[in-house]
Amino acid sequence: MPLAGANTYGEVHMKFTKLMTGAALALGLATAAVAEDKTKVGFVFVGPVGDGGWTYEHNKGRLAVEEAFGDKVETVFVESVAEGPDSERVMTEMALNGADLIFTTSFGYMDPTINVAAKFPNVKFEHATGYKQADNVSVYSARFYEGRAIQGHIAGKMTKSNIVGYIASFPIPEVIRGINSAYIHAKKVNPDVEFKIIWAYTWFDPAKEADAAKVLIEQGADVVLQHTDSTAPQAAAQDAGNVITFGQASDMGQYGPLPRVSSIIDDWAPYYIARTQAVMDGTWTSTSTWDGIGAGMVGIGEISDAVPADVKAEALALKASLADGSYHAFTGPLNKADGSAWLAAGETANDGDLAGMGFYVEGITAEIPK
Amino acid sequence: MIRFEKRPQPSQMFSIATPLLAVVTTMFFGGLLFAVLGKDPVQSIVTIFWEPLFGEFAFYYRPQLLIKGAPLVLIAIGLALGFKAGIWNIGAEGQYIMGAIFGAGVGLAFYPTESVFIFPLMILAGAFGGWLWATIPAVLKIKFGTNEILVSLMLVYVAEQFLASMSLGLLKNPEGFGFPGSRNLQQYDSAHNADIIAGSGMHWGVVAALIAVIFAYVLLARHSLGFAIRVTGEAPRAARFGGVNPSRLILFCLGVSGMLAGLAGMFEVAGPAGQITIDFNVGYGFTAIIVAFLGRLHPIGIMLAGLLMALTYIGGDIAQSQLQLPAAAIQVFQGMLLFFLLAFDLLTNYRVRIGSNEVAT
Repeated sequence: MPLAGANTYGEVHMKFTKLMTGAALALGLATAAVAEDKTKVGFVFVGPVGDGGWTYEHNKGRLAVEEAFGDKVETVFVESVAEGPDSERVMTEMALNGADLIFTTSFGYMDPTINVAAKFPNVKFEHATGYKQADNVSVYSARFYEGRAIQGHIAGKMTKSNIVGYIASFPIPEVIRGINSAYIHAKKVNPDVEFKIIWAYTWFDPAKEADAAKVLIEQGADVVLQHTDSTAPQAAAQDAGNVITFGQASDMGQYGPLPRVSSIIDDWAPYYIARTQAVMDGTWTSTSTWDGIGAGMVGIGEISDAVPADVKAEALALKASLADGSYHAFTGPLNKADGSAWLAAGETANDGDLAGMGFYVEGITAEIPK
Repeated sequence: MIRFEKRPQPSQMFSIATPLLAVVTTMFFGGLLFAVLGKDPVQSIVTIFWEPLFGEFAFYYRPQLLIKGAPLVLIAIGLALGFKAGIWNIGAEGQYIMGAIFGAGVGLAFYPTESVFIFPLMILAGAFGGWLWATIPAVLKIKFGTNEILVSLMLVYVAEQFLASMSLGLLKNPEGFGFPGSRNLQQYDSAHNADIIAGSGMHWGVVAALIAVIFAYVLLARHSLGFAIRVTGEAPRAARFGGVNPSRLILFCLGVSGMLAGLAGMFEVAGPAGQITIDFNVGYGFTAIIVAFLGRLHPIGIMLAGLLMALTYIGGDIAQSQLQLPAAAIQVFQGMLLFFLLAFDLLTNYRVRIGSNEVAT
């Protein structure tokens, strides 16, 4: 009896969806006729375009699309869009107004993207960092852990206290993957290295990030790695002196040559240009992309002169081997933190294990918070 | 020389006219702001206020007004009861979060059983969660005389941490590949707060908001408890002599406002939002404070104010997308609304005299 009710709602809903889709289709054709030569690309941003980190880099990707295609493309964006129903409304607004391709650039937009995509089968959607695909929804993300390997190497070589501090955001696979990758490569060049991890439970909160950095430095860390987006830890390290840091998401070059000695840069431009081109050519298909240094999605910022020349050369060699695929950042023998075997000697991690990573590798003594 | 002279009685006319005056003034200065940013001011204002209501795609935006406005109205109604009595619940955001967690928690506990009883149970749980969170500052105030403004506000941050913990731990979707966030209740029929008529935006939270408006109206206009609330706010000593029990009133006002905020959270998580996630709360609990004052703490006024705020959000996003207005400019625009409202409030209690009747020396 409740099911019958639910079905009726479902049917009505289906009809409405068809109706809306019909309207959208008719509209899509109409706008296509008016602006035949222009491809409209929408971007939904989770932060302000001036955040200096995550959204800033996505917006640079948008500007690169404009520059690459000039008059043939029109881009629109909405910034600081809350995840949930607000994002769903913003995406619908873009689709109704004739967007051909919409990039939704935060994990929390996953279910809203799928919902809106179902109503607009002719509009292509690209969702960053999620795992749900549909005929008109692609997913894309970057192998940031490759950059973490290089940071780990430099950190292991350069630490004198053998304590590396790590400001983590949320205990999710991407962040845990980064910690593991950095640790593996620090340990490789410095068996005495120890990681101290602070969970900030935020992606962007300068005050909290600065506090976390100060605590780590007080506990003896002379390298601070961050998986949060503000420059506050850089400033804290600069004040403390004798501490090195790495830029996160964007170059943060203004803190070089010390404390910032290098950085991981998210470079979305090549991907955004390629996907826009595919829509123009009519060759767009639903894909799952996870690119790293090789494809240019993960950039390594200039390694400053504060890094000894031999360490810099090693870091660049590591970068080259990650880029050409001759080396994988997760290569066995590796055990999990609980002592169980994970990868045999020479074996590399598969993408499935990496995507859902919920454990530390052996040697990290901390616990992943639950 | 302009002077302000206190009115013997607050002006009835101005108490109705000031919100309208504030809206018009906001349009003017907002337009000026947009012009300075290099956008066409008229087009900007039209996009914000006209597009969602009467534009080409109004068929889509009008239901969205209900979705965006319902939680604001539901929370603001509860807050207004307390505000009228001088009891300041600033922590509705936390109560909203707790309502959502309790409501979703009950729903998810039954997954994947289908039953008609699940949704009503979730409603009860959501109301209980919000009530519980608001009763903490109430009890502390009664027992120890703590300030409910501070306690309720601090509990927002506790609730946010609890939300993060739930998203990453207990309520995490076991099929979510380790990513944070619960299962999506939109895909669980028994727990889904769907539109009652598909595409109308009319979900159970909208119905609850309407009931709350009527309930509050009757309470304030007809019921002795409503009288007690009003007297306590206007003349606390007189109220005490008149036999009003302040402790009971504190428990009632904070409890009801917490309950309504909890309901708003529960209807949101089971419907439009669908999931418990780390960033589930988007500030409805704080915006509702503006809505309560914009609506003159009057139930009907609050309903209109909630819809107006919803309109500026929806229109603001459209303006961002179509005219590339920065998000910050839209936020300033919304801030102006409250600012001008408070500024014009002066006219309700004071009259303006031009010229001086004092003897010049």
